[in-house]
Amino acid sequence: MITVVDYGRGNLFSLGQALRHLGFAHTVSSDPADLDRADRILFPGVGAFGDAMEGLRARGLVEALRAAAERGVPILGICVGCQLLLGRGEEFGSHEGLGLIPGTVARLPGPREGDPAAIRIPNVGWRRLHVRPGAPVLGALGPDDMMYFVHSFAPRPDDPSHVSATIPVNGEDVPVAVRRGNIVGVQFHPEKSGPAGLKLLSQFLGAAIAQEPESVS
Amino acid sequence: MAEDDAPPPRLIARLDIKGPNVIKGIHLEGLRVVGQPGPMARRYYEQGVDEIIYMDTVASLYGRNNILPMVEEAARDIFVPLTVGGGIRTIDDITAALRSGADKVAINTAAIARPDFLREAAETFGSQCITLSIEAKRRGEGRWEALTDNGRERTGVDVLAWVVEAERLGAGEVLVTSVDKEGTRRGFDHELFKAMRERVTVPVIGCGGAGTADHVVAAVRDDGLDAIACASLFHYDHCPLVDLRAALAAEGLAVRFPPEAAAA
Repeated sequence: MITVVDYGRGNLFSLGQALRHLGFAHTVSSDPADLDRADRILFPGVGAFGDAMEGLRARGLVEALRAAAERGVPILGICVGCQLLLGRGEEFGSHEGLGLIPGTVARLPGPREGDPAAIRIPNVGWRRLHVRPGAPVLGALGPDDMMYFVHSFAPRPDDPSHVSATIPVNGEDVPVAVRRGNIVGVQFHPEKSGPAGLKLLSQFLGAAIAQEPESVS
Repeated sequence: MAEDDAPPPRLIARLDIKGPNVIKGIHLEGLRVVGQPGPMARRYYEQGVDEIIYMDTVASLYGRNNILPMVEEAARDIFVPLTVGGGIRTIDDITAALRSGADKVAINTAAIARPDFLREAAETFGSQCITLSIEAKRRGEGRWEALTDNGRERTGVDVLAWVVEAERLGAGEVLVTSVDKEGTRRGFDHELFKAMRERVTVPVIGCGGAGTADHVVAAVRDDGLDAIACASLFHYDHCPLVDLRAALAAEGLAVRFPPEAAAA
């Protein structure tokens, strides 16, 4: 069963439509029991880190997500869902996250003075990813594929090997896809990234991601 | 930064909605029907548009928003960001728009009437969700007045002062429409675009006046805009997206070439 986690902080309609379009039956639920039964978990989210964690806590979903991760259930965090996989967030004060991937969530580096190629914050728009060789799920993307971003914060795993992809932002390579075992997070919105994004979702839902490297040909 | 890493400017299709139709006017007046929102949005998606804005042109006038069913239909098989504007007055209006599949809302009239609405909206949904929409009417050298109700009402509000205040309150991006240039196809108000971009640090979407690919190239290259919203340019096929991308690429500007699979 594919479970989409509903904790009152996500654009669930669009993600649900993307899954329907791809032909994946799924359950949208805020019931921890539906996470216990899941064999794939999609964990979307928008808004602020602390508020989103509060949404999880209020529904008893923090322990259910940690338990699912413990069992090895593939989890895909999207946008704020990706950020919550980390240990700590720094938006509007410091907040504890799920801690499934050691690290923090930090504000994007701001534009450098006089930089004609400066990227404005929030970073809104389509970007090409620098994918680490052998990264599962992201291996589905072609060299010209771009993903849609709308964010001011990004995940910063402690362990560089947990970074699957980066984009350059104002002189820094910022992680935008993270992974530890079956736990995957993407800072962009695959459900809003046209056919390339759908391809990525399909790859996550259809593949056993722990078996790496993933062959996509 | 390597050139292939530069963020491409977003090329946005703007659908001005009246009743069941997409309409287009000049200076936001003299409206004529140009098509149906469903097929038009679908066509732009297949052509690789980066984003679609649905603007309800009469919502403020009638105090209602009738475009959410259109957005919901679009969100079923169009997988790019959708923005809804026109008649967004309350937190409940935003919730309803997001539940219909919108990613962002564009707010003009309600924010000018009560600027704190922007702050409340940003605190509730995040700044990334809140686009400030400005209808700018030139009132002299380097001065513009903000209009509301789709260009029908004067406010006396100075555009350049207002945009600074709106960013402080939490607007995550700004959509600026030049009422003077809108629908004329004679090119953008570049002075307005540059002034806006200097005043705020959030992304700026320019709109109003594109008649050729060169107009768009100039706004991206010279004014440094992050995104361009076009209506006539696409609706009347003056410059389809494929030609517009080619023109930008020919100038060495970053472009997103979407996979052909969008048509599938």
